[in-house]
Amino acid sequence: MDINDVRGLGTVFALIAFIGIIAWAYSSSRKTRFDDDATMIFKDDDIAQRSALAETTKND
Amino acid sequence: MSTAIEQPNYNYKVVKYFAIMAVVWGVVGMSIGVLIASQLVWPELNFDIQYLTFSRLRPLHTNAVIFAFGGCALFATSYYVVQRTCQTRIFSDSLAMFTFWGWQAIIVAAAITLPMGLTSSKEYAELEWPIDILMEIVWISYAIVFFGTISKRNQPHIYVANWFFGAFILTIAVLHTFNSLAIPVSMWKSYSIYAGTIDAMVQWWYGHNAVGFFLTAGFLGMMYYFIPKQAERPVYSYRLSIVHFWALISIYVWAGAHHLHYSALPDWAQSAGMVMSLILLAPSWGGMINGMMTLSGAWHKLRTDPILRFLVVSLSFYGMSTFEGPMMAIKTVNALSHNTDWTIGHVHSGALGWVAMISFGAIYNLLPVVLGKKQGEMYSIKLINIHFWLATLGTVLYICAMWVNGIMQGLMWRAVNADGTLTYSFVESLEASYPGYFVRVVGGAFFLAGMLLMAYNTYKTVRGAHAEQAKLAQA
Repeated sequence: MDINDVRGLGTVFALIAFIGIIAWAYSSSRKTRFDDDATMIFKDDDIAQRSALAETTKND
Repeated sequence: MSTAIEQPNYNYKVVKYFAIMAVVWGVVGMSIGVLIASQLVWPELNFDIQYLTFSRLRPLHTNAVIFAFGGCALFATSYYVVQRTCQTRIFSDSLAMFTFWGWQAIIVAAAITLPMGLTSSKEYAELEWPIDILMEIVWISYAIVFFGTISKRNQPHIYVANWFFGAFILTIAVLHTFNSLAIPVSMWKSYSIYAGTIDAMVQWWYGHNAVGFFLTAGFLGMMYYFIPKQAERPVYSYRLSIVHFWALISIYVWAGAHHLHYSALPDWAQSAGMVMSLILLAPSWGGMINGMMTLSGAWHKLRTDPILRFLVVSLSFYGMSTFEGPMMAIKTVNALSHNTDWTIGHVHSGALGWVAMISFGAIYNLLPVVLGKKQGEMYSIKLINIHFWLATLGTVLYICAMWVNGIMQGLMWRAVNADGTLTYSFVESLEASYPGYFVRVVGGAFFLAGMLLMAYNTYKTVRGAHAEQAKLAQA
């Protein structure tokens, strides 16, 4: 087995990894979880406001 | 305030500092750009002063817009996004502030050494070794702050934007370290440890991944946070974002060889670079479509919201330049485009249209928040709208001028007479390029004018917020 076989296997490994990632991301059991994750950016407004206020009072 | 002690809050100070400096360096970097574009039309604009010659100001322009403007925008948004999505305060306030002052020191050092002609001559890595070492220290601190914040997160999930920011920080650390390896011979002179073709390959492994990770992955991190946030709806497909991330970061690193077509680089390496560049179209467009489709059902918001327009139009330019890039990486196309203005047009389609515009949108979104207002609540929305049109028009003028120039130059250089002699001399192609150079100055001036409006808007917003805070304190 020479170095080019290793390179070829590397490509095969990359393909398997890619298909694996797609299968993992698109499996139906993870649908709700990812839908939730996508909305996490809307759930910290209270901290965001408090932080601005804390910054203001600290400045004075 | 007792609540502030019990519950986590965010460090907005460092975000605010970086956001404001992004605007300042944007004005500086783009002004130098307009100056050197003018020098190509009116060469006497270097005033016969060595510090103002094109050769010395060009690296200053690229360093200022990429690392000063783009860098500050990336620091600001990554610190903001990592705190907000991990719902925790930044890992270390003092180390974060160190990255701010360290980064500004690097920029000032660049602004002094580059006009003096002190350069390692590696494109986008011109800074000499003492500054490289400072950069290394600041960058490692940045990585500690960023990943430290992630490790103390109050959320089980790491939001996709952080994956992109994280890949950008790690990859730049590796690229900067290995591309900058050099043997110093004096305080301001060093020689790369690589030689010949290997030096060229390492340089463009670095150079193309500076594009792929500094100018793409980091800004995709912005895209995945600020587009959903400004559109007030979650990203179109979170699952696609995962595939997008892994596909993009695993393919980008192989594409650099396309900068060395028809050079001394072995032919197979050139072809590999070309093929990987073509494959890169898929994840690039996957990401673009994911961002665009986030607006499905909310397209009407584009009519009233110029910030959202900035964010979405940046994606169209991203889509355009990531189609153009793979096309230019095809060897036969590259035979026409290489060394012509087409390349410069391509870079600016990405830099002005994508990188700068998404940064404008992100800064307009976050700056009011760190000043205690609602997102996007800048001093004047009308000025943002004018900025948007100036930026769009400027970019289109710039890239069209460079397309025309580039293709014309490529065709003139390869034209041969029946007896095999060249049809045109180089100077003839240069003379034919003048109209395009002039249109570029106009386009660049439009873009700069928009940037100046942003600076004024930023100044008024910050001053207004400080006045309100002072009033609050008196009450």
